[in-house]
Amino acid sequence: MINKTRQHINQNEGLIFEVSSPGKKGYQLPDLDVPEIDPAAALGVAAVRSEIEDFPEVSEVETIRHFTRLSTQNYGIDLGLFPLGSCTMKYNPRINETVARTPGLAWAHPYQPESLSQGCLEVVAVLERMLLEITGMDAVTLQPAAGAHGEWTGIMLVRALHESRGNGRKKILVPDSAHGTNPATAAMCGYTVENLPSNEYGMLDLSALERQANEDVAAMMVTNPNTVGVFEADIQKAAAILHAKGALVYMDGANMNAMVGITRPGDFGIDVMHLNLHKTFSTPHGGGGPGAGPVAVKKQLEPFLPVPRLRRVGELWTLDQHRPASIGKVRAFIGNFGVLVRALSYILAHGGPGLRNATLDAILNANYIRKALEPYFELPFKSPSMHECVFGDDRQAAKGVKTGDIAKRLIDYGFHPYTTSFPMIVHGALMIEPTETEPKQELDLFIDAMISIAKEVEEDPKFVLAAPHNTRTSRVDETTAARKPILRWRPGQ
Amino acid sequence: MRYLPKSDAERRQMLDEIGARSLDDLFAHLPEPVRLNRALDIAPGRSEYEIVDYFNKLGAQCGNYPSFLGAGVYRHYRPVLCDVVVSRGEFLTSYTPYQAEIAQGSLTTIFEFQTMVCQLTGMDVANASMYDGSTAVPEAALMAMRVTGRERIVVARAVHPEYRAVLDTNARNREMSVVEFAYDASTGLSDLAALEAAMDNQTAAVIMQSPNFFGGVESVKAAAEIAHKHGALLVLVFTEAVSLGLLKPPCEADIVCGELQSFAISPSYGGPFAGVIATKEKFLRQMPGRLAGQTKDSNGNRAFCLTLSTREQHIRREKATSNICTNQALIALMATVFMTVYGKKGLRELATQNLSKAHYLGGQLARKFSAPYFNELVATPRRAAGLVNDELLGQGIVGGLDLGRFYPELSGSLLLCATEMSQRADMDKVAEAINRA
Repeated sequence: MINKTRQHINQNEGLIFEVSSPGKKGYQLPDLDVPEIDPAAALGVAAVRSEIEDFPEVSEVETIRHFTRLSTQNYGIDLGLFPLGSCTMKYNPRINETVARTPGLAWAHPYQPESLSQGCLEVVAVLERMLLEITGMDAVTLQPAAGAHGEWTGIMLVRALHESRGNGRKKILVPDSAHGTNPATAAMCGYTVENLPSNEYGMLDLSALERQANEDVAAMMVTNPNTVGVFEADIQKAAAILHAKGALVYMDGANMNAMVGITRPGDFGIDVMHLNLHKTFSTPHGGGGPGAGPVAVKKQLEPFLPVPRLRRVGELWTLDQHRPASIGKVRAFIGNFGVLVRALSYILAHGGPGLRNATLDAILNANYIRKALEPYFELPFKSPSMHECVFGDDRQAAKGVKTGDIAKRLIDYGFHPYTTSFPMIVHGALMIEPTETEPKQELDLFIDAMISIAKEVEEDPKFVLAAPHNTRTSRVDETTAARKPILRWRPGQ
Repeated sequence: MRYLPKSDAERRQMLDEIGARSLDDLFAHLPEPVRLNRALDIAPGRSEYEIVDYFNKLGAQCGNYPSFLGAGVYRHYRPVLCDVVVSRGEFLTSYTPYQAEIAQGSLTTIFEFQTMVCQLTGMDVANASMYDGSTAVPEAALMAMRVTGRERIVVARAVHPEYRAVLDTNARNREMSVVEFAYDASTGLSDLAALEAAMDNQTAAVIMQSPNFFGGVESVKAAAEIAHKHGALLVLVFTEAVSLGLLKPPCEADIVCGELQSFAISPSYGGPFAGVIATKEKFLRQMPGRLAGQTKDSNGNRAFCLTLSTREQHIRREKATSNICTNQALIALMATVFMTVYGKKGLRELATQNLSKAHYLGGQLARKFSAPYFNELVATPRRAAGLVNDELLGQGIVGGLDLGRFYPELSGSLLLCATEMSQRADMDKVAEAINRA
């Protein structure tokens, strides 16, 4: 029984180019207070284009209707539970958006005099201090633009440290449960990726690590809690094994939401890590970004952090561009500043005690779902769950229904799907991360929906296979999209 | 805590269901040595009012004065609709549109974004954003390396210095070598003879920016001919997207990459912005980043979905074209709304206003370089540049960028930018301060 949704009118909307017609416009510029310059005279006839071919021409009201209608074809956290595992889709407080638009901050130019930028630099300084307290690390750069960019920065720091010691190493160990960005990052930094198999509990296999850790290993990239939502109980032992060989431990901070206020990477052997401010610290995902991926390090890596570094000189903050050991610049200017403002707003709203309470509620929600769904779905790893729980589709697959199909049926029930088919160490994974910002009522609706779908799979698997049934767009043909790519609109198309 | 939507009674009920005595029970399995046995040293939570007040006070320290800084970050008016659209919760609080059936809103706008970027740049395909212009440059270089099987990059010194710095960071960490070539000291344009001299048969790409860092409009065609003669690709970079409203699309380039900050994205002390890479159809498979494609749903209706993801890290892992995952989707949407609001006529009119303002300012100054320019120019004050900027700041105006910061040989010269937001009276003050002995 579907409790959360019923059908309603939802308007069709074409492409903006299809409502365009010559002469319509949605803008008005002020009159020029200087003489108008003829482009051809100033730039040369050959440098000037005649027009922007096929660019839209639409009115203001059509513009707002177009994007508003399209928005109604999207699902967002504002509409309900968004249980994508590893993605931490928590409520995005609207005050974050308000303060990021504070005029002095939003219009600050990165090259304006530092005397005018003290307010911006104070945001950076305060956020740095709070992130260090949360992670237990010694220094942090806020410049990386997203998690993967943070990984890239962090692995370059690893390389820089090894090179400073005169031993270029070749390999990065990556557990088979890792996010795809980890091996991609290691390869981007010129390292060979060596796979580290998980043990039967889905955790780091210390004996395998003993075998594979040697003087050629630059670092291990590990996610903790790992991608099956389990805290790596042996993380300190693993770190000791690697440290004994002179290798470092990199932590992917995607799952930091399980740890804020109860444990700190800096206290369990991590040398370098990134945070995802758009996950743990609620800055919105915005349909795929922008994010921010600060990288926090232990003291030995501090000299290599990207320039510029924030420094206090007397009464003022200043940006230090001259750091001889630095890996250099990872991005122009100082990073996704507007995202940093939002993250700081989130931390200020919670405060220390609130952050810890958020973590506890995130763990509570995941375990509540796990307990309720365990009778209906295969739970491959029985270790205690932190902020997310991972099921397998074995029972449903026996009826021909896979995790992706269950996910599509979940849409009919009014929910965004969980993460499907990841991590790869779980066959047909259903990876569920509710986050702390879900009311009990919403969780109960979700649990009811999942149980109902499990029953549908038993009784009428074909019906589930054809889902979604109630959406305006039925199942999308992704194969044809890839086989014959149409990647832009053209007139008459 | 106002973001936590449960009563204590509900928590109790849930713990009972789980079979746990307390919330602390839920992580009692963490090994004792790793547990944080104290409270975080962060003050208790603050009210909404206090937080707004806190940021207002910080913002007030930043002046928000009229400014003549450009250099990759431009002060353009932001049409109201841009924020209205990106504030829709369905866009703001959605995820990367992997589940196409409930993400047609995002997917359709991405498809429109890709189309508009192609229309502006004269390319066949465009991706759905990179972090920013500076990180798009090394991604374009790597793409050219995959296409050509070569590892040498030749980059113009007139490309944004911070973009080049990011390229250098990449080069130091993988098989890539970077060589720079000079600009002409009198025109301020890239020196094509120097480019020719820097080329060899191992060069993967030539990277050039237009309008370049000094504001000069480069000859894309001539640079493309040199690059192609040596079997290399031309990567054309832009930092001022408004210029594309007037300038001929750089069709002769093989890859166009750049920064869309000018399209309704506030300067925000340097980010978040939105980078983009566009290219010819034949190089599509080597392009990094997300792509939305057109297809049909099972009822035969037009629909869109993410596609060609076999290039990406979540499928290909260490063999992916890039490790990029989260990009700048919401910012790209902002730019899409901006492009829609101005449209075909408006973007041209906007660009012409920028040109007119900059030429009004430039017309009063002895310019350092002779090349045609769009909305940025270089001038050398008769007094020390720092003194001129300080004096302007005293009048509530942010002056230009002292180029000595990035080009020692240009120390004492100012890079100035005028946009549609620059007022005549302020420009007169700037000209006066620069011209005074």
